[in-house]
Amino acid sequence: MDLISILILLAKILIIMFGVLVLGAAMAVLAERRVSGFIQERLGPNRVGPCGILQPFADVAKLMMKEDIVPSKANRFIHDLAPIISISVALSTFAIIPFGNTIELFGRQIKLIIADVDIGILYLLALTSIGVYGVSLAGWSSNNKYSLLGGLRSSAQLISYELSMGLSLIGVIMICGTLRLDQIVLHQTEYFWGVIPKWNIFLQPLGFITFLIASFAETNRLPFDLPEAEPELVGGYHTEYTGMKFGLFFLAEYANVITSSAVTVTLFLGGWHLPFIEHLGLSPLVLSLLQILTFLTKVILLVLFFIIVRWTIPRFRYDQLMRIGWKVMLPIAIVNFLITGIVMLFLL
Amino acid sequence: MSSYGKIIRKKDLSILQKTYIPEILKGLRITIRQMFRPTFTSQFPEERFKPDSSFRGRPVLVVENGVERCVACGLCARVCPALAIEVQAAETELEKERYPLKFEINMVRCIFCGFCEEVCPEEAIVMSDEYLLVFSSQEEALFGKEKLLKSTEDLKERLEFLRSHR
Ligand code: SF4
Ligand code: SF4
Repeated sequence: MDLISILILLAKILIIMFGVLVLGAAMAVLAERRVSGFIQERLGPNRVGPCGILQPFADVAKLMMKEDIVPSKANRFIHDLAPIISISVALSTFAIIPFGNTIELFGRQIKLIIADVDIGILYLLALTSIGVYGVSLAGWSSNNKYSLLGGLRSSAQLISYELSMGLSLIGVIMICGTLRLDQIVLHQTEYFWGVIPKWNIFLQPLGFITFLIASFAETNRLPFDLPEAEPELVGGYHTEYTGMKFGLFFLAEYANVITSSAVTVTLFLGGWHLPFIEHLGLSPLVLSLLQILTFLTKVILLVLFFIIVRWTIPRFRYDQLMRIGWKVMLPIAIVNFLITGIVMLFLL
Repeated sequence: MSSYGKIIRKKDLSILQKTYIPEILKGLRITIRQMFRPTFTSQFPEERFKPDSSFRGRPVLVVENGVERCVACGLCARVCPALAIEVQAAETELEKERYPLKFEINMVRCIFCGFCEEVCPEEAIVMSDEYLLVFSSQEEALFGKEKLLKSTEDLKERLEFLRSHR
């Protein structure tokens, strides 16, 4: 690896880290507040900067200046570690998402993906499972019964949803025959009978629905935000967090939402693929930029969907959540992957 | 039980309803439609809310023809549940014979209950439509006569409201 490719890699990491995740998470927080405002017929924060654009930064500045309170008898080290785990997992999942096809700049082929790893999806599943440690360690180390319950719920939720999430992905892996996310996107750029793009959502509708529901549970968003259920658990796992440590959990939640959306777009909605654009005969650079834009648009739409769902439906009860996870989602995921197998064996 | 509508048991639901998905889509339709409706927010410092005549803002003393109506009977001070009013009476040559030498409302104590207005025999103290009260010290919150006096013209709406609701 020569110096220039290392520099390019660093540039990609910086752009993704700050551009997409930190700025993106900040904007997602703002979007959440403004969209919820509009849904409730009010405006939401619109004072700081034009349309309230600078509000998240003002909030971060405020959180930075707040006192950091650690409860007595809390495990200080783990209490500090938990938000770090949460945010770093949320940020590093993005490394394997291809946010565009290869782009040609200054005579170099640059792949628009940070870590082009062979195990793609496995890395993703592994990291999202580590994410739960942030939440449950936060709950455990706080020396507070509500936090502990939140942390426990989060682990129980993870176990019930990780399974159906993994199984719903097997369908996609079987169809595409690869774990690499860039290959999966390339596979989706073909067409059925030259008209319908071969996105996995059309091939795997059941898998898509199970995966989407599981990613709601994975990101602890309503209707599955039991780890932080305000009415019964105060704030759940982050009850005892103040200042920027709380802010990190908050940012991690939104970074997770963005990452989940990006993963869903990559796996099921064709990634950076904009149908029929390749027939227009555009120059490769314009084409690549358009593809990046397509990817961003898809992700933003999905993030908005996450936000609107939060303000639409109430929270599930804990036993309902478990029942859906084990008795509904798991069988659906298994049936889905059996059907995929049978169809591939006999019809293709 | 009729006021609660029909009770729906879980076993009566169809399979489609049990998946929640159609109902969630219905809910999403409502929230998305809601997003594009006009908002109710008023942009406060620029846009001021004009209260209705039934609004109880800070209590003020009514001035008619250049003199306050108050006869310093002290009923308002007596009835005030927050002990916010202090009146000192003095004699005057005017027809009303007595006038308040000192009339002070402690706006930190006042709870805007309107009892003073209700009890006053002269309709001399009424609740205005002013709601912007800012002080930075206890002393600033003591509103003396100079801050309390307000002419009948300014209070027309409230006085009319009081007459029509005798
Ligand atoms: S304001 Fe009315 S109640 Fe109070 S002292 Fe004057 S006349 Fe009496
Ligand atoms: S409004 Fe109520 S609390 Fe305020 S001065 Fe009048 S009687 Fe006292």
